[in-house]
Amino acid sequence: MAVEQTDAQLVSRCRAGDPEAWNEFVERFSRYVYAICGRGFRLPQQDAEDVFQEVFARAFERLSELRSDDAVRPWLAQLTRRLCIDRLRVIARDTPSDAEPDEREVDDVLAQLDDAMAVRAALDKVGDPCREILDRFFCRDESYRTIGELLDIPAGTIASRISRCLEKVRTEFDGRSRASRPS
Amino acid sequence: MKIEMNGFDEEKIGRLLRLLPPAPEGWVRAAQELPAARAMLDELVARAEQDAAFRLQLRADLERAVANAGYEPSPFIVSELRRLLEAV
Repeated sequence: MAVEQTDAQLVSRCRAGDPEAWNEFVERFSRYVYAICGRGFRLPQQDAEDVFQEVFARAFERLSELRSDDAVRPWLAQLTRRLCIDRLRVIARDTPSDAEPDEREVDDVLAQLDDAMAVRAALDKVGDPCREILDRFFCRDESYRTIGELLDIPAGTIASRISRCLEKVRTEFDGRSRASRPS
Repeated sequence: MKIEMNGFDEEKIGRLLRLLPPAPEGWVRAAQELPAARAMLDELVARAEQDAAFRLQLRADLERAVANAGYEPSPFIVSELRRLLEAV
């Protein structure tokens, strides 16, 4: 299993100026910010890219202002949400037909993305080769054949490997959920 | 004994994983290079504050002045520098 580092530990290393920590920070949260821009607010790609860069630029500048290092994810979500809304208002000025997204719909998507991040953390803990197989199949939408060729695994065994890996992730996820639940 | 079941079966785990595709590599790389870009911007602004000739070059043709100073005038550097120079 991979060694896990909490969000708070990662933020603390970023603050201390550890050059590798910022790379890991961007790596850890890039999918989340990207998904909020795309799935949550359905920003066109160019606008999503601008917001994505702006989110990380502001996060880099203001990481020291974060009150609790554990709260970095909701803080990033809030920052991304605000910047997406600003961007949609600019778009709406140019194209008045574009309505702002329904707040409740956005809340639902953000809640799902939070669940997805929790599953992702369990997947990271399970580590490779499961992480790579599941990431390629579910997140990158690669076929059994492509995965088999890239990882040098017989394509006919990919389905059963995916199934076993999902079970491992579920076990890890359930363990984490139980551990974090108040007794 | 009652066993509490968590709602995330394998199917749901798969569905949730699908919600988080990777961001484009170029975007991630640009965000990772932010600390270096910030250091570069600080250096360019400090030089602009001290060197009137360089300041004029930046105002005349920002991209060329950045390139002449030995830096890559990426869109992020150019837009940030333009914003920072307004205060100089």
